[in-house]
Amino acid sequence: MPSSDHVDPRRVVGVEAEIVTNVTSTDFPGHWPNEDHSWGIDKFKNTFRVEFHRNTPLFAEFDLIHMDASIANTFRRILLAEVPSLAIETVYVQTNTSIIQDEVLSHRLGLIPLVGDKKALINMQWFMKPASGDPPQDPTDDNTIVLHLSAACERIPGVSRSETDPHKLYTNASVYARDIVFDPAGKQVTTFANNPVRAANPNILIAKLRPGQEIDVTMHCVKGIGQDHAKFSPVATASYRLLPLIKILKPIRGKAAERFAACFPRGVVAFEADEETGEKRAVVGNARNDTVSREVLRHEEFKGCVELGRVRDHFIFQIESTGQFDADELFLSAVSVLKAKCTVLKRETHRMLKKQALDARSGSGNAGPKKGDRGWAAE
Amino acid sequence: MPPPTRKTPSVGASVSASATRSNPPVKFRSARPKVDEAKDEEPKKPQSDAFDDLLQTYYKGKHLTDSINTAEDKWTLLPAFLKVKGLVKQHIDSFNFFVDVELKQIVKANERVVSDVDPQFFLRYTDIRVGTPERLDIESNAEITPNECRLRDLTYAAPIFVDVEYSRGKQIIRKRGMNIGRLPIMLRSSKCVLSNKNEWEMAKLNECPLDPGGYFVVNGTERVILVQEQLSKNRIIVENDPKKGIVQASVTSSTHERKSKTYVITKKGCIYLRHNSIMEDMPIVLVLKAMGIQSDHEILLLVAGTDMVYQDTFSVNFEECAKLKIFTQQQALDYLGARAKKARMPMNAVNRRPPALEALETLANIVLAHVPVENLNFRPKALYLAFMTRRVLMCMTNSGLVDDRDYVGNKRLELAGQLLSLLFEDLFKKLNNDMKMNIDKILKKPSRTEEFDASTLLATGANLITQGMNRAISTGNWSVKRFKMERAGVTHVLSRLSYISALGMMTRISSQFEKTRKVSGPRALQPSQFGLLCPSDTPEGEACGLVKNLALMTHITTDDEEEPIRKLVFALGAEDATLVSGYELYAPGAYIIFINGTSLATGRMNFEDFLKRGLVEYIDCNEENDAHIAIYEYEIGESTTHLEIEPFTMLGAVAGLIPYPHHNQSPRNTYQCAMGKQAIGAIAYNQFLRIDTLLYLMVYPQQPMVKTRTIELIQYDKLPAGQSAIVAVMSYSGYDIEDALVLNRASLDRGFGRCQVFRKYATALRKYQNGTVDRIGDIKRELSRDPENPDELVPIRKHAALEPDGLAAVGEKISMGEVYINKQVPTNTSNAPTLLNDGPPLDEYKDAPMAYKLADHAYIDKILISTAESEQTLIKVLTRQTRRPELGDKFSSRHGQKGVCGIIARQEDMPFNDIGIIPDIIMNPHGFPSRMTVGKMIELLAGKAGVMCGKLQYGTAFGGSKVDDMAKILVENGFSYSGKDFVTSGITGESLQAYIFFGPIYYQKLKHMVQDKMHSRSRGPRAVLTRQPTEGRSRDGGLRLGEMERDCLIAYGASQLLLERLMLSSDVHEIDLCEACGLMGYSNWCTTCQSSKGVVKMKIPYAAKLLVQELLSMNVLARIKLEDVFPYGEGDVKEA
Repeated sequence: MPSSDHVDPRRVVGVEAEIVTNVTSTDFPGHWPNEDHSWGIDKFKNTFRVEFHRNTPLFAEFDLIHMDASIANTFRRILLAEVPSLAIETVYVQTNTSIIQDEVLSHRLGLIPLVGDKKALINMQWFMKPASGDPPQDPTDDNTIVLHLSAACERIPGVSRSETDPHKLYTNASVYARDIVFDPAGKQVTTFANNPVRAANPNILIAKLRPGQEIDVTMHCVKGIGQDHAKFSPVATASYRLLPLIKILKPIRGKAAERFAACFPRGVVAFEADEETGEKRAVVGNARNDTVSREVLRHEEFKGCVELGRVRDHFIFQIESTGQFDADELFLSAVSVLKAKCTVLKRETHRMLKKQALDARSGSGNAGPKKGDRGWAAE
Repeated sequence: MPPPTRKTPSVGASVSASATRSNPPVKFRSARPKVDEAKDEEPKKPQSDAFDDLLQTYYKGKHLTDSINTAEDKWTLLPAFLKVKGLVKQHIDSFNFFVDVELKQIVKANERVVSDVDPQFFLRYTDIRVGTPERLDIESNAEITPNECRLRDLTYAAPIFVDVEYSRGKQIIRKRGMNIGRLPIMLRSSKCVLSNKNEWEMAKLNECPLDPGGYFVVNGTERVILVQEQLSKNRIIVENDPKKGIVQASVTSSTHERKSKTYVITKKGCIYLRHNSIMEDMPIVLVLKAMGIQSDHEILLLVAGTDMVYQDTFSVNFEECAKLKIFTQQQALDYLGARAKKARMPMNAVNRRPPALEALETLANIVLAHVPVENLNFRPKALYLAFMTRRVLMCMTNSGLVDDRDYVGNKRLELAGQLLSLLFEDLFKKLNNDMKMNIDKILKKPSRTEEFDASTLLATGANLITQGMNRAISTGNWSVKRFKMERAGVTHVLSRLSYISALGMMTRISSQFEKTRKVSGPRALQPSQFGLLCPSDTPEGEACGLVKNLALMTHITTDDEEEPIRKLVFALGAEDATLVSGYELYAPGAYIIFINGTSLATGRMNFEDFLKRGLVEYIDCNEENDAHIAIYEYEIGESTTHLEIEPFTMLGAVAGLIPYPHHNQSPRNTYQCAMGKQAIGAIAYNQFLRIDTLLYLMVYPQQPMVKTRTIELIQYDKLPAGQSAIVAVMSYSGYDIEDALVLNRASLDRGFGRCQVFRKYATALRKYQNGTVDRIGDIKRELSRDPENPDELVPIRKHAALEPDGLAAVGEKISMGEVYINKQVPTNTSNAPTLLNDGPPLDEYKDAPMAYKLADHAYIDKILISTAESEQTLIKVLTRQTRRPELGDKFSSRHGQKGVCGIIARQEDMPFNDIGIIPDIIMNPHGFPSRMTVGKMIELLAGKAGVMCGKLQYGTAFGGSKVDDMAKILVENGFSYSGKDFVTSGITGESLQAYIFFGPIYYQKLKHMVQDKMHSRSRGPRAVLTRQPTEGRSRDGGLRLGEMERDCLIAYGASQLLLERLMLSSDVHEIDLCEACGLMGYSNWCTTCQSSKGVVKMKIPYAAKLLVQELLSMNVLARIKLEDVFPYGEGDVKEA
């Protein structure tokens, strides 16, 4: 854990009462005279660190240290929008006599996070929705998972008349996500044998029924990405914050130290005995726990005593998974998505360069870049 | 793939009432000192009633009569008040009063019907009652419910019964329970089936327990009789016009028979009486003399008292009278009678009365009609007139002693009951009149086979009252013949846009003032309306200040009997004013008491004698002037007489939704009052059982994080209209200028702002005179285009949604052009005899399908097949659209801050704070400085604090959660006290340089949605007459290039563009014009000249051609002369 005294001031984002300073990084070539800030893979390998703090299936918190904000943000964006996951896409309503209308019921079903055999899910193909006018494409066991939900509400005979609890009076008074059943097709019988597709949380309420009402629907789940619809996003949220820094400039002792500590969440400020007076003296404890409430800057008495900041290239990354994949796996998928994108970019760039070179050689003016439009490949 | 099957038609089940509380309310039979006696709980209890709490002897641990010490306790009086009174109680009270009391009074006043022909004959009404709502058809014996009336387009009405006695020949016959018509019943009134029903019973009747009632269901539509504001009747108003030097006291007298206005007015320093029934202004002394006060001394005393100044000012008037040589009552009456307008006598009036009698008649019955003259005892009326004169005198000496017309105390509110009683009395009189005429007609006949029975006539007249009532309520046209009253727009369709709009309508007051007049007085906020009328809730624009709303705790009283009050006043030591002289009348410490503006009495007593020491008291606007009311406890001093229950009750129900309204600029609260009524939300618990023409519902409404006491009292939290959105106040993307909002796409994916639109399409299957009936046809089929089974017959595309019964299937998607009711009408509906056999056969039908016309598809939600009152089959189809917010949809917070969606941003592009929250809405901070809606900022702060500590916060007016407390909660939870968060950009990944104000604000989705408004056209329909493009979106009309646009093009000189826009693209028409005569011909032939020589073709707008021809039809001949544009140029330019 870097103590505030050791952090290079160039890496610090200043947290002042009404403004945040130095938000942009400056470690790029040409900014500082006579300093080399060119990026190199070896340099990155040597400095970059990942530290895990918590890792549970649904939640992971880890630090990415010495990384540019653009890269960390890319991972966040990919996690939200581009890591694929499985969700209900089409609902075929055989019967729905509940008070929840078909569209609303479908919408509710779509948002239910699903879990199932991870390997089988990863191996699933994309289901390409045919463009309007094209013949419908048949779903296969490669790209579609079929779920069923059927529940009918009836009065339970023999319940006392004074009973008011609908769950004791009727069957299926409430329909929950646990009532959804998986209907494996073809090879899905084996691939999902141990871990069938089901709702991540069995207790999600889907609808309430009363006697005579019935829901009978078939659902087709496909793989999709969060960019298309939020239901395909594999994370509840993924975000990061910068590591807070607290720098005590002047010693704060005694009662003032306690008041000082009260300005921060518990554990952020620790006490130690002052060498000179023997009083309690406030020192920075675990700055990581600080929520940057800037409360201390409100108090006149601590003016000039403390400087707040955040480390610009120290990202405390938090991923909350919806359950389909483990939070740490999701991060790795995000990395591989980025990798795949880079590969595509690289390939396309090469192709473009090659084409340009060819055009230049053939000497025909019309195929080359237009006048005034200097392609970046020329540089 | 399983094909989507059809849903079976269903009427949704009852909405489950989620009103069960964690602590079931305990019912007590008697008042007991402690609350913890669970033994008394009744063993079997129906479903918990939302109001049960309030019905308890103890509410929140307090007895109703316990002393109330602190401000926190005080507000608990309010729910108790609202339970007893309710927001629409004034309507219901008034209707109940009408049904129980006024109806009987009206019948009593008009109880006898006699015949001019047979003096022996009489018919007397002995009693009148209103029954319970009844069905007219005999489909079942069950009581009719309001919801059945709504669905089946019936009128929710109850029969009116009378008991009569009448003579038949020589015997007197008594009959009980004769039906004389049907009276529409106000919902939740004492005659309504919903009265005194608990939540569970209401659910059984398919009715919402939160619905306020107070409206009528006439022909299936819900109609409200708005409260009408009027200048007080029988009240003296003194006005002063310093420019013209006129002082006048006027009073509008109103009795059951007539309405008239009497003025006492100054003219050149003298005082006159002015009245419509007297042709010229009468000197006041003369009138008083005519009323029997002959001594000048007595007149002086009655008018001026002992005050020397008044005496001096008044003495001129004696001179005026003396000049006319009038000294006695007889002289005065003669003079007056000569100038009185004669009452319209029957034509055969031979016995013309002498002028003196005429004058006596006028003075007794027409002038100041509300002061009764019994046995020609003019004393009370003379005293009243003298008092009016005195008020004029007082104003002449001190111009400040005038009355304010706009003062709320000088206003009276007319409610449904009073209006209905006016109408009923008129109809009842007409019924009796018609009956009398009929009786006369029958009795005139010399010989009858049987004895005449009057009761048969009564039954035939029943339709008059039924239809008269129905028509008045369903059109809103109130015409009362005897007052010559002709009022339009008295009733309105109850707005069911949201719960709050319905509620807001029930508290609305409309003023009688003309909207077009540009006077500020009646529109201005009156200090006297404090606590009675809401200062914020008024529309903008022409009706501003004229349409008002009641405050939360306003109570409107019904008429009371005068006699007990008179007795009480006399018992308290008042003296009869007719017995005292002017000396005592105006002596210091003597006060004159008016009861409903009539009887005069004087007494010597102070305020305390009148003030009964109750704990809670209603204070009338006039009493407010004599009370010293403290708003807070600490303001109580020596002279304080009252303490306000809660200051927030000065606002109405709609303004009560605004959190922290006392921090907002006041117009913002007014704007919110208008917008709160347009917010989409839940409407009622029975919203899925209704079939309205247009119904907007929100899919996931939420109750606000920052509530107010009013929200709880009117139970807006149970039927909310809005959602709590996480708002970041920052600028983003440039698509947020001019109040536009940035919405988060993932939030929309998850259901934010999602709403449903239900539309009703109805048709009736008509029966025709010749016995033919409309019918529903079969599905048309064609060969399938599917190559796999080409022989299969499938429904044609238009009929894709139909089921075998010819109606669209419930749950089916329906797009433009598709048929949902495959109606067919007979081709021959004429009533002509079929012998001639010229028409088509009776069994031939042609298609008249109902097809879906909107561009956006919908789903069939419900189909209702029933019969209306006319025995015709009624088919109603309800369609449903579920809409996700899109670009251009309108949203608003509760602070008059509306905005449209400017861009829907991707979740990953949006900024996020330290704990990873991404806002639902980004709002531009420029919305704040000029609008000064500080309340919105505090709402955010309180909402954020509430989220962090898991409690709902309060933003009640003049109270609510304190900003300091909220800041403290925020700091304790690791946020900045200011509500501003450290936010990272979602695009660059870098921290933002400013801290962002970030937190939940309650947002309403307003009914204005792009889907209903967007419109464009290239080619399309044209109007038949002018051949110009049609107007308006509903007719697929063109987009108008208006006058101002035209002016621009003219100024710019774009003549070709003008020609193209105004003629070529609009109504270009080619005519054949004869250059010789200048008239139009056709086919290259001029009919006037009988030649084709000189006929040229030219293009003009069809409207111009039409104009020429229309002028021609009115004998105006317009000739068109052509000239060359370039007379010396090349020949071929000529054509242009």
